[in-house]
Amino acid sequence: MTLANLWFILIGLLFSIFLFLEGFDFGVGMSTRFLAKDFDERLALMDSIGPHWDGNETWLVTAGGAMFASLPLMYASLFSGYYIVLLLVLVGLILRGVSFEFVKHAETKAGKNVWMWTFFTGSFLAPFLLCLMLLSMVQGIPMNANGDAFPKFFDVVNLLSVVGGVAGTLLSLVHGLNFIRLRVEGPLRERARKLNQILYPILFAGEVVFAVLVFFQTDFFTKRFGSSLVITLLIVLFSLLGYYGVLKDREGWSFAGSGLSLSMVIVLLFNGLFPRVMIATNPAHSILIKDAANSQYTLTIMTIVAAVLVPIVAIYFIWSYTLFTKRINPKENTVKY
Amino acid sequence: MLDIGLSIVSLARFQFAMTTVFHFFFVPFSIGMAVLVAVMETIYAVKKDKVYLDMAKFWGKIFLLSFAVGIVTGIIQEFQFGMNWSEYSRFMGDVFGAPLAIEALLAFFIESVFIGIWMFTWDRFKPGVHAFMIWMTAIGTMLSAIWILAANSFMQHPTGFKINNATGRVQMTDFGAVIGNPQLWRVFPHVILAAILTAGTVIAGMSAWGLMRKKKGENHFFKTSLRFGLWTSLIFAILSAGAGDFQTQQMLKDQPMKFAATEGIYKDTKNPAAWTVVELINSKDKTTSHEVEIPVVLSLLTYHKTTGAVKGMDTINKELHAKYDKQFGKDMDYYVPPKTLFWSFRVMTGIDLLIMLVALFGVIWSRKKKDTIENKKWFMVIVGLTLWVPFIGNSAGWFITEFGRFPWIVYGLFTIADAVSPTSTVGTLLFSNIVYFLLFTLLGGVMIWYSRQTLHHGPYYEMEDSKQNVDPFAKEAFVK
Repeated sequence: MTLANLWFILIGLLFSIFLFLEGFDFGVGMSTRFLAKDFDERLALMDSIGPHWDGNETWLVTAGGAMFASLPLMYASLFSGYYIVLLLVLVGLILRGVSFEFVKHAETKAGKNVWMWTFFTGSFLAPFLLCLMLLSMVQGIPMNANGDAFPKFFDVVNLLSVVGGVAGTLLSLVHGLNFIRLRVEGPLRERARKLNQILYPILFAGEVVFAVLVFFQTDFFTKRFGSSLVITLLIVLFSLLGYYGVLKDREGWSFAGSGLSLSMVIVLLFNGLFPRVMIATNPAHSILIKDAANSQYTLTIMTIVAAVLVPIVAIYFIWSYTLFTKRINPKENTVKY
Repeated sequence: MLDIGLSIVSLARFQFAMTTVFHFFFVPFSIGMAVLVAVMETIYAVKKDKVYLDMAKFWGKIFLLSFAVGIVTGIIQEFQFGMNWSEYSRFMGDVFGAPLAIEALLAFFIESVFIGIWMFTWDRFKPGVHAFMIWMTAIGTMLSAIWILAANSFMQHPTGFKINNATGRVQMTDFGAVIGNPQLWRVFPHVILAAILTAGTVIAGMSAWGLMRKKKGENHFFKTSLRFGLWTSLIFAILSAGAGDFQTQQMLKDQPMKFAATEGIYKDTKNPAAWTVVELINSKDKTTSHEVEIPVVLSLLTYHKTTGAVKGMDTINKELHAKYDKQFGKDMDYYVPPKTLFWSFRVMTGIDLLIMLVALFGVIWSRKKKDTIENKKWFMVIVGLTLWVPFIGNSAGWFITEFGRFPWIVYGLFTIADAVSPTSTVGTLLFSNIVYFLLFTLLGGVMIWYSRQTLHHGPYYEMEDSKQNVDPFAKEAFVK
């Protein structure tokens, strides 16, 4: 195992943790329209992730920083190539992030509505566009010898990428509803379960279509058949576990299932990418991990830093979740800072 | 190169300037507010004086508004290097990525996790424990400043690296030298002290407006806040001036062109050197006119003694040509934009001096037994208006730092023109510039509006419960 490969895996891991955590944030944001019926319920949903969303988003920032610090050529090609998509992701994340704070200062109905809608829109846009980008990127895009990517419109928006975007968004919504079932009490909790009873069958259909398209539109199954098959099955299995939790009213199982499903999507993509970081339509222009990586010296430093800091972060990160285990009741929930 | 209109480079530079300047309105303010709110809450925990709890809660609201805008605009910065400056990212990845990743792991997690806890646990923890959460946030924000400044310092003064002959890219050889960069440890105190100065000035200014309203029951709160803010501004205005001088000594060594430009000197000065207060600069002909000078002061500022000449930009330009022509060719223009630097420096130092004076008189006139400050309405208005100026000063300071490394993106190694993404087009850059501009106008406007509203409500306002159920799709939901 070279250090460069280790960092490729680590970046994949950081992205899967990000999607596991921010996935339910996104889902909760979408639920403000699909589940909540009035402003109090929306606020209760928002408060259920209030203490956590910023920390969750930090995993994305860390994944981006880690990519820059270990595989800068991947960072440079991916981020410059998907310029407009990432710009819109940023707009989504920005509008969503400020909504948490601004909505509590809004005093008119119109103001409250505006920030609840930006919260919803951002929560919907960000996972859709991120999944769209990832599923577009793994199909291979036009690149030059310098590593500059020039994806055309239909390289970005095509059947697989759109299905992937929709499936990822739906899975986030399902995951968010499972989180709500754990953190909220009263009618919202029961409604979330009922909604998931409807959504899971749709999700399974989406996952099957997704798997078929990945089979035909990417080289994952020709290059790495066994592992790709196992991971695809795991995505579905974890979703089944979540569905089982819905049917048997086992909220913990549901939450773990939908979260791991999301993480497995990233694992599938990184497994298929390996040993490349960017796939070009002309295979000669694809970028390999070993060419994208930083010097041995820098990677060693970063490995030491990560080995020391990641466990410490994990400890207080998990501890912060244990502080907020009391279920939120929209009827008692007052506007607070 | 500056005047080529809508070129890709100038659009990308404009975007970098716009996004960083906007981001940096909120960063120093948030860092300073985190520290000051932590101090307030600690005073409450120790002295049990309730006014300090009220202060921590009230100023905490303003802090959170700024913090929210600060974080979300921060994500742009991390993405932007890849999006607009992919050649830079390729060239610098080996050195530049590490501090960014460490910043996320070490600092961002601390600040984001502990701010989440702090916001939602006012009623759960003892004051001391709760204050610990905001102290962690404050420490997180300061750690973050160290790492991002480490990255920037490398761009100003590269250390601990070599150029990899095979790839032509920068390669880190000594991590200790990258974080031990003398530039970093001279700029860091300046930034942190100015951050606390910013927060103190805003607290003093908003308190002045609050005090002027003369609302019942608020006098003690705003008077205490006013004095807290004024003392902070006074102390930290003096300290950040000192830190600025400390940093200038390094600039003289590493980037003499930047220093000469901040003083608007083309020809070498006489010995001892006179300090030009103001002058007109003609950057085309490289001449100056209408100088207002004070003898000897420049020698004092530069060398802390009454003798010593200062090199002008013409001489330094020749030296830089001699040094870099082999690598970069004879056509390079090493003059930095002199007007921007000259005036930025005067704006920054002038603002520091102004805050110092306002704070000094404020502290004197607001002493407990003499209520004279309330009777000097003109002075209260000045204190109130002063709250805006540190933001201008902070931006001016960064203008000096960033314009002063022209024409390089990494000093002496890599030019700005070579750094932009080859994939960028005028169209996409124009689009993203417009999107960011509209977004920032909205965020900045709303943030100021809600801060003003918070001040208007005062510290003892209980927000009415929003228990009326509103159907969001009903017509009345969209009407006031």
